[in-house]
Amino acid sequence: MQAKQQYNFEVVKWFAYMACVYLVAGTGMGVFIASQLAWPDLNFDNPYISFGRLRPLHTNTVIFAFGGSTLMATAFYVVQRTSGVRLWSDKLAWFTFWGWNLIILGAIITLPLGLTQSKEYAELEWPLDILIAVVWIAYMFNFIMTLSIRKVSHIYVANWFFLAMMIMITYLHVVNSLSIPVSMWKSYSIFSGVQDAMIQWWWGHNAVGFFLTAGFLGIMYYFVPKQANRPVYSYRLSVIHFWALVFGYVWLGAHHLQYTALPDWTGSLGAAISLAMIIPSWGGALNGMFTLSGAWDKLRTDYILRFLIVSLAFYAMSTFEGPVMASKTVNALSHYTDWTIGHVHSGALGWVAMVSVGALYHMVERMWGTTMYSVKLVNLHFWMATIGTAIYITAMWVSGIMQGLMWRAYDEYGNLAYTFVESVAQMHPYYAMRAIGGLIFFLGAVIMLFNVTVTIRRAIAKPSAEMATAANI
Amino acid sequence: MAKKSNKRISFQEWVEQNVWGLVLATALVVSVGGIVEIVPLFYLDNTFEDDVFPEYEELQGVRPYTALELAGRDIYQREGCYLCHSQMVRPFRDEKDRYGHYSLAVESKYDHPFQWGSKRTGPDLARVGGKYSDAWHIQHLRDPRSVVPESVMPRYPWLDKSTIDGEGMVKRLKAMKVLGVPYSDEEILGAAEFVEGKTEMDALVAYLQVLGTMIQFEPGRDYRE
Repeated sequence: MQAKQQYNFEVVKWFAYMACVYLVAGTGMGVFIASQLAWPDLNFDNPYISFGRLRPLHTNTVIFAFGGSTLMATAFYVVQRTSGVRLWSDKLAWFTFWGWNLIILGAIITLPLGLTQSKEYAELEWPLDILIAVVWIAYMFNFIMTLSIRKVSHIYVANWFFLAMMIMITYLHVVNSLSIPVSMWKSYSIFSGVQDAMIQWWWGHNAVGFFLTAGFLGIMYYFVPKQANRPVYSYRLSVIHFWALVFGYVWLGAHHLQYTALPDWTGSLGAAISLAMIIPSWGGALNGMFTLSGAWDKLRTDYILRFLIVSLAFYAMSTFEGPVMASKTVNALSHYTDWTIGHVHSGALGWVAMVSVGALYHMVERMWGTTMYSVKLVNLHFWMATIGTAIYITAMWVSGIMQGLMWRAYDEYGNLAYTFVESVAQMHPYYAMRAIGGLIFFLGAVIMLFNVTVTIRRAIAKPSAEMATAANI
Repeated sequence: MAKKSNKRISFQEWVEQNVWGLVLATALVVSVGGIVEIVPLFYLDNTFEDDVFPEYEELQGVRPYTALELAGRDIYQREGCYLCHSQMVRPFRDEKDRYGHYSLAVESKYDHPFQWGSKRTGPDLARVGGKYSDAWHIQHLRDPRSVVPESVMPRYPWLDKSTIDGEGMVKRLKAMKVLGVPYSDEEILGAAEFVEGKTEMDALVAYLQVLGTMIQFEPGRDYRE
């Protein structure tokens, strides 16, 4: 009871549970559209479930529904815990919860209907865009005001990252979504051609860099030390990590447009900064991993910690892969191929989903003052997530590099060696393999949802004595 | 650096204790990259090829889409075609042989939003106009595997079943004009009549057939410095 007065965990609990639900929904959708590419009859000649309309729904569900709910749960959890105060406004927090879920409902209805602005990861039409801006600012304002009434003198590092994410996403969303409405569900971007492309990828890469990286680094900086029960490895490194990351990430969008009609200086600048970004990215990953110094044995027994640490390994790997793919020579081969899809998923499944899953298990145990219903199932989930991700990205590496090589191959007479469709035919086994990897990951998420649901039901049915004390930790 | 105080504190120390300072500092730091990369694209005169080479008359060939083509373009977006087909030929030998001349910035200057895409699950479409007959496109959209057995593209039988809303197209052309696309009043007022009785299939095929055909390239001319 006392705990209830101190912190608002009700809203965090709802966000956390919905994150588990949306992880199942988003990855399930992913498995379905992956299967459509392997077996196109799965489109069933039905407009509402054809690949082109469901793919944006998949990306929106995993990024904004799952990722967004996780970020809102963790940011509200961390800011209260590290500031020693309750959220500044409960009302605004609940508005954020219902508003965000309303937006997701809107996406689930409008995207299969083909109502889209056709800008990747910013497909939602203008009425939903306005709603996103309002809810997002409510979320950010509540967060900042909670920091402003904190009871400790310093703002904890995790909060810097959450804050940077909120500020940058506001900029990006507002500018990239500027459009002129034609009707209730149709609008045209106010930008065109080359400028529109640059603005879209300024958004696109920072949806990755801020929404899916800075925010989740905030998660890392709180939950890794907490779960390992060790302080962050280096404070100095986290300061450098923060400023270098928030300054540098913004520049990377241009590397999506190399060799296009975008002026060469812009693409090259994006590529150069991309290479430099490996330093803050690895600095951050090492800062998280070395937090375990002297406590590595915990990895043997603590499955939640395993999720967190393996996520950092994937983070380090995909932030090495990213600069490689941004370099002009590699980009000439990798761009437009499945390699890009593989790269995104090593980040999205291996890093974002794994670190989220670790944080969600951690929060479920703390907020409901209990332990997971089945530790064995947590362990099973860990292996399914890891193996599923590994299969997925391996399939995409092979198919991506093969595509790139087939497209540029010449025979001895100086003619193109392959028609385009020959490369499509070669993809089939890898598309099937990708769907299987995704399926394994998805089934792991189903197990998590089951495990979390049973854990919560049991905690509610039988409130333990620990509950009141645990919530105060 | 904080000015007054006997104990000098660093900037970092200060922002960690001052939330609005942190908000402001972060907001400034994240602004730099976007401003440097995006703003010059609007005013530098080497962004568009027709500004760099005003003497190349073929570059003046880029025109706004007709009402029917624009309707087709809207369907192209609705169906998410851009998720599997790029519209951006890069200046490589194999892309020239496979697709044609590399794409110019001026070719998409009326594209609100751009449709360059990011993935080639299917081939690039920037220069698909005129490569196949209308009949081929219709057959291919109705049932891709009937003409390309290895294709993984969905079938689009519903495109034959709906017609284009003429009044809706008038509104859309008007909106484009507000955005600076030079439509004449006759084109806008005549839009409804222009698309009268046309199906979504007709519109999409009209759009595909115009892609990449507006400029008649002069052999041997280089359009990039």
